[in-house]
Amino acid sequence: MRHFRETIYKWIFSVLAFASLLFLTGIILTLFVESYPFFVRHDISESIFGLYWYPTYDPPEFGMLTLITASFVVTLGAMVVCIPIGVGTALFLQELASASQRAVLKPLIEILAGIPSIIFGFFGMIVVAPFLQRLLGIPTGLNAFTASLVLGIMATPTVASLAEDAVSFVPRSFREASLALGANRWQTLTRVVVPAAGSGISTAIILGIGRAVGETMVVLMVAGGAAVIPHSIFDPVRPMTATIAAEMGEAVMGSGHYGALFAIGLILFFITLAINIVAEIISRRFRLKLGLGR
Amino acid sequence: MDCDVKIRARNIDFYYRRSRALKNISLDVLKKRVTALIGPSGCGKSTFIRLFNRMNDLIPGARVEGQILLDGFDIYHPKTDVVSLRRRVGMVFQKPNPFPKSIFDNLAYGLTITDVRDKEFIEHKVIDSLKKAALYNEVKDRLHDNALMLSGGQQQRLCIARCLAVEPEVILFDEPAASLDPISTRKIEELLLELKNEYTIVIVTHNMQQAARVSDYTAFMYLGELVEYGDTERIFTVPKEKMTEEYLSGKFG
Amino acid sequence: MKYKTIHTAEPFTAHPGKAIRMSDFSQALGFLFLGACAAFALFFLGSILYFVIVRGAPAISWEFLTSAPRKAMTQGGVAPAIVGTFSLTLGAIAFAFPLGLACAIYLTEYSPKTILVNIIRLSIANLAGIPSIVFGLFGFAIFVKVFGFGVSMLSGSLTLGIMALPGIISASQEAILAVPQSYKEASLALGATHWQTIARVVLPSSLPGILTGVILNVGRVAGETAAIMFTAATFYTRGYPDSIFSEVMALPYHIYALMTEGTHPESQTLIAYGSSLILLTLVLVVSSLAIILRQRQRRVYGL
Ligand SMILES: Nc1ncnc2c1ncn2[C@@H]1O[C@H](COP(=O)(O)OP(=O)(O)OP(=O)(O)O)[C@@H](O)[C@H]1O
Ligand SMILES: [Mg+2]
Repeated sequence: MRHFRETIYKWIFSVLAFASLLFLTGIILTLFVESYPFFVRHDISESIFGLYWYPTYDPPEFGMLTLITASFVVTLGAMVVCIPIGVGTALFLQELASASQRAVLKPLIEILAGIPSIIFGFFGMIVVAPFLQRLLGIPTGLNAFTASLVLGIMATPTVASLAEDAVSFVPRSFREASLALGANRWQTLTRVVVPAAGSGISTAIILGIGRAVGETMVVLMVAGGAAVIPHSIFDPVRPMTATIAAEMGEAVMGSGHYGALFAIGLILFFITLAINIVAEIISRRFRLKLGLGR
Repeated sequence: MDCDVKIRARNIDFYYRRSRALKNISLDVLKKRVTALIGPSGCGKSTFIRLFNRMNDLIPGARVEGQILLDGFDIYHPKTDVVSLRRRVGMVFQKPNPFPKSIFDNLAYGLTITDVRDKEFIEHKVIDSLKKAALYNEVKDRLHDNALMLSGGQQQRLCIARCLAVEPEVILFDEPAASLDPISTRKIEELLLELKNEYTIVIVTHNMQQAARVSDYTAFMYLGELVEYGDTERIFTVPKEKMTEEYLSGKFG
Repeated sequence: MKYKTIHTAEPFTAHPGKAIRMSDFSQALGFLFLGACAAFALFFLGSILYFVIVRGAPAISWEFLTSAPRKAMTQGGVAPAIVGTFSLTLGAIAFAFPLGLACAIYLTEYSPKTILVNIIRLSIANLAGIPSIVFGLFGFAIFVKVFGFGVSMLSGSLTLGIMALPGIISASQEAILAVPQSYKEASLALGATHWQTIARVVLPSSLPGILTGVILNVGRVAGETAAIMFTAATFYTRGYPDSIFSEVMALPYHIYALMTEGTHPESQTLIAYGSSLILLTLVLVVSSLAIILRQRQRRVYGL
């Protein structure tokens, strides 16, 4: 009887587990199934490297290079903002903040990492964009630069918090050894602590990149929305995520446009998957390097 | 006699936040001698030895009263440069703590932080220190391997070599052999006997035989107080205090 | 550390060479940079809070919180959006929590420890990093179209739930794996069955960690826009949703719509600020809860 009950429980759990796995694999399947007709009718490399995104023209054109470039440019810009600030903040917390400051700032940063992206989009649109437009005298504040800036700030708490975790995992004995050899705190930080936490910090940065690539609302509201290759960082752009969000409502189900949007979704999926795998590999090396694996 | 005092602790009291860890300790460490600190666990040996290179500065809320003089100069004077103090007073920790760098980089570290750029000099110094620490023969073919790949005993000798490369005057050892096997321990002890010709050494140890073998002077501490301090031979044969005698004969601790 | 003494001897500075002064200089510069980074981060994030609070506060009133929008979104309140956000979030968690927990229990306790299971575990962790718009696409294709739920609260909740699923599974797994093996062994050695051990030993001691993961995901789901854009949300409804198949308003989408649609920018902006303040408060309260819980948890385990 008892044995029977145990078996029942085991089965219940395997069924539920299987159900959730089904949903999760369903995502990948759906992306493939829905974009399949598109890939049948259009040449893959022509779409990916095509320059013109005119989904509603007759005949439509589905060149995604502009969108991919836009995602790339905006993400790169965001990294320029959030890597130094995020990692700098993490090191500040670790090295300069007093115990009581850290006790306040660390959770604060984690909480700020939870601010919804719509708030950043809203803030960027209504405060940052007009401000930059006036400050720089540019025709529109809604452009790649503003989007990068806002996106970078949005990713900063994530990067800072993860990097701080990585740095705090560095055994205290490393720091003590360095200080005991007569290194000052800055030397200890830059030559011992940061290299030791290097792969952990890289993981933090890569996950920050993942967050920026996949972010929708900020770029939808702030990047300006023009599907052309930008000539300067102050040109409006339309990243992949924004394209899906803006056009899904109008795309007719089963049309080439509809399939193209799912194809973009698929590309996004693979990009973020690759990013996550790289982060995973690096963070595993991190644990080995600190001698936790020996 | 006074001219031979390297470190002089005068009326040291030490507090961790609320608790008092050291009570009015005065002790002279003599130049080019080995001084051993013994006593039961938690009596404050580590706390005391870490005062000599101001490692306790890192502990928030810690407070020290009294005076520690290195060659007659007060190391806790506000104008003291902690960095140069630590270059003069090196330390080897209980657990080997090599950096996750190559063996060579570990040893070069102490030099490169003072902006020594001369490659030849660094290499010479690295090899020289490895030889002094009796490690060179074991690692000479893999100087650029990660130091964490060494065995525990080798790691500890690496840490000693790394310390020697900085050319300190005093070396503090906090239970350097506590995590090592008997053979590695022997090697470290032999090394200590070599080193005492050139350096002033303070060593914390739980191993009575070790203290008896390597040290010239022994200090016995108990519950944050210095109970007895004197010639190692005398302490081990005719201790003045009853407590010392009981501890040495294994009655407590 | 403090040091109290009467200084009798001269201070010494050993080898006051040029090198050391140089490194002190770079240290000062470096620390200045780190301080600037932290100040910059706090300034920016602080200014977001500042703007939303200072400009949003005037919009908040009892009426704003409890009435529906009027006059083409230029007046009235956002009550339906608040209700919509609550119901979407609750629905999502009601769906994802049991499923995610069960999945975690299966993967940690019941599944054979094969390479396949390891791969599954890794893939789940990776799914947590997928952009929410991709989940939106999935929800649209499956729930809205294939299952025929239409743009509805049900479709939205399910989409959000699946978005939260990987996070909940990973957090629960981690919490369960953190339970010391010795606890389990003690229980099994006393003659408890596997299930009894899970129910009475493993789950109670991992509960805080599981809850933290769930609450963090509640915050994420409540603030999510892209995933509900074409699965659940609508710009305007007359009143409150009357069934799980009706479209709903939701705070995040409402903010987006106010900023991009409509004809009265000024009055809409004020409402958008008010909605942002409500959403921000909601999400920050939820995530603070999770983080306080986690801090406490860390302290217990002495981390
Ligand atoms: N960081 C700290 N904060 C608070 N109290 C501490 C701290 N470090 C040590 N103590 C306390 O100070 C006392 C002396 O500790 P210390 O580490 O100096 O002992 P010890 O003689 O080195 O012991 P052992 O032989 O076990 O290494 C102990 O009671 C210990 O609990
Ligand atoms: Mg000790």
